[in-house]
Amino acid sequence: MSEPTSALGGSSAEGFARVTEAGLHGMITLRGDLAAPAMARALKAATGCALPGQRAISAHGANLAAWMAPDELLLLLPYPEAAAICAKLETALAGEHALVANVSDARALFRITGAKADQVLAKLCPVDFAALPAAEIRRTRAAQVAAALWRSAPDEISLICFRSVARYMFDLLATSARPGSELAPA
Amino acid sequence: MLTLTCPYCGIAADETELAPGGQAHLKRFGPGSSDDEFEGYLFARKNPKGVHFERWRHAYGCGKWFLAARCTATLEVFGTYPAQVTEPPPEIIAAIKAKRPDWKGF
Ligand SMILES: [Zn+2]
Repeated sequence: MSEPTSALGGSSAEGFARVTEAGLHGMITLRGDLAAPAMARALKAATGCALPGQRAISAHGANLAAWMAPDELLLLLPYPEAAAICAKLETALAGEHALVANVSDARALFRITGAKADQVLAKLCPVDFAALPAAEIRRTRAAQVAAALWRSAPDEISLICFRSVARYMFDLLATSARPGSELAPA
Repeated sequence: MLTLTCPYCGIAADETELAPGGQAHLKRFGPGSSDDEFEGYLFARKNPKGVHFERWRHAYGCGKWFLAARCTATLEVFGTYPAQVTEPPPEIIAAIKAKRPDWKGF
């Protein structure tokens, strides 16, 4: 059995904010009719998370459920648990029109930390960070690639992208965080 | 810069987060239609200076197709609405008429 490896092996860069590739993280795409009672039941049973409302993130311990689209959730959980939670969801949703896919190895997760973390991303994304609340997932682009981001802690933004563009994303974030390139204070 | 609010996820999306899909509310003519109808479906498009209905996809966001009514001359947006309709909903028509009283209609 091969050893699972994250896209950039936990690389980090120090600037006016810190950019870190966060290593292996479990991620499951769950698609289907979010209004169906079976969906909320399956989610609760498999992860403990409540069904999140529009653009919201619900949490239970280390598990997160993020609203990605009217028919799609992204579940974030510890890497070793992804396969077992996938199996639980598939069992709970048997017979339903739903899709469960373990995408843990198809994605990369980054953390941007520091009091000026917003500024790193404000240069790259068409997002009003002053108006981005906590516990909300925002799908957008960072320069030329798709991204999903949220405030994962005070002074920390987490960002997910496709693994195939992880190096691009890391270089992009590290360049944007270069010391001396802070945005002028508002 | 054009900003359209996606009716599915509620984000006021910058144009660079969206992919354009051309004119909205086309009626499809497929097998069994006349050559003229098929040609019109494939190629004939409106090109108004003023009120226009368009398809857009929230490509970098929730991924859904939605429809927008806007003015091609001023970029003023009258409204956006879900794509599961064959003509603009009444509230969109009302919003356009309020701002363009001489508009000839859809
Ligand atoms: Zn959207």
